[in-house]
Amino acid sequence: MIKTDIIIIGAGPVGLFTVFEAGLLKLKCHLIDALPEPGGQCIEIYPKKPIYDIPGYPSVLGYELVENLMEQIRPFNPGFTLGEPAVDIKKDDNEQFVVTTKQGTQHKAPVVVIAGGLGVFTPRRPPIVNLKEFENKGINYIVKDPELFKNKDIIISGGGDSALDWALYFANDYSKNVTLVHRSQQFRAHNDSVQKAMDMASNGKINLLMDSEVSGLEGNGSLKSVKIKSKSNKDLIEINCDYWLPLFGLTPKLGPIANWGLEIEKNAIKVDNSDDYSTNIPGIYAIGDVNTYKGKLKLILCGFHEAAIMAQSAFKRIHPNKKNILKYTTVTGISGFGE
Amino acid sequence: MENDVNIELIDRDGLVHKITGPTDINLNLMELIKLHELPVEGTCGGMAMCASCQVYILNEIVSLEKSEDEQAMLDEAWCVEDNSRLACQIPISKDIEGLKIELAPLSDQVDDDDW
Repeated sequence: MIKTDIIIIGAGPVGLFTVFEAGLLKLKCHLIDALPEPGGQCIEIYPKKPIYDIPGYPSVLGYELVENLMEQIRPFNPGFTLGEPAVDIKKDDNEQFVVTTKQGTQHKAPVVVIAGGLGVFTPRRPPIVNLKEFENKGINYIVKDPELFKNKDIIISGGGDSALDWALYFANDYSKNVTLVHRSQQFRAHNDSVQKAMDMASNGKINLLMDSEVSGLEGNGSLKSVKIKSKSNKDLIEINCDYWLPLFGLTPKLGPIANWGLEIEKNAIKVDNSDDYSTNIPGIYAIGDVNTYKGKLKLILCGFHEAAIMAQSAFKRIHPNKKNILKYTTVTGISGFGE
Repeated sequence: MENDVNIELIDRDGLVHKITGPTDINLNLMELIKLHELPVEGTCGGMAMCASCQVYILNEIVSLEKSEDEQAMLDEAWCVEDNSRLACQIPISKDIEGLKIELAPLSDQVDDDDW
């Protein structure tokens, strides 16, 4: 059983910054996330995209923001349970919350903060009959380890940044053959990426199939080829491959949190924003994109503010008899917990 | 009611539902379908971010013109037809009186263990 002061569910930017605000108040934190690395949407969805509305940063890339936050919270030595979704929460006889992950890891704390964003980002299954047969046997929905695709024949489907970026990456003398399949004539990725893809298609580095979609899969135990249907002339072609990456984006689902007795409105957790972002269950707070209240803005900077307010309330809850005075880091510096 | 609009909806079992809704409380079609407890997800809450409220427009009451965001989302969705729209992008107003729609199949999200 992992014991801490605050369990944070969700290791995105807001969850990470909560460690800092809690740490200033000498509260220790442990983060739980379904994804295998911290960063949430910033890492999974837009690691290389510039964010323009973080105060003090005219522009910062998603992964840079996460790296900076990790550096910022390092003195407070947070714990991490990664790659394990939180599936259950219970209160024990001592008014402590016990949060359990799908893999069975248990965590205990007097305060729980849900910073779960829009939920667990999950790929959607293309409607192809024998799809499940090849999942993790030639079909990958996200690129976790590019090494897997080195010198391989790969087919990528999708028209967004993820599909384009990986097609460009793999086509650059990395994979053997790269085919990019998109069902319309327009990409919605960055113009720069689209132009590069067109150039690489002209040079024969990418086999670009527009107005087309994958309609069938062939293989024996693992994927061997895909059938691709042209929408314009209904032609059906078959291309051999080692991997097919259907990169159609991820859609969020709130997941087990929805069944924890929290007041949910429009797929978000209702909180009291006039006070401290507490939920209807005392001791459980919700901050960042996962919460909702009148006037809510789903912005990282608003989540940072909510983290600071919430931490003060959590301190009072954990130390009801201790007085706390707001201190400035410019005066006191950072005094961490050590290893 | 004077301000109500009447819509006909075919669900995924082929059943026809006649639904009505007020035009004066800033609803969109996804929200109206949810209000009638019919099976539309609307996961993203109406931001054209998830395509889980895809419907097929069966008569010419509503334009098939889409914003860039809506088109982009439909480009990433499944079972998309020429008459597909995202219900969350259709405001409820008197202009859509008599609209006929059909719910598109739900997208199947990959299980946690499979990706």
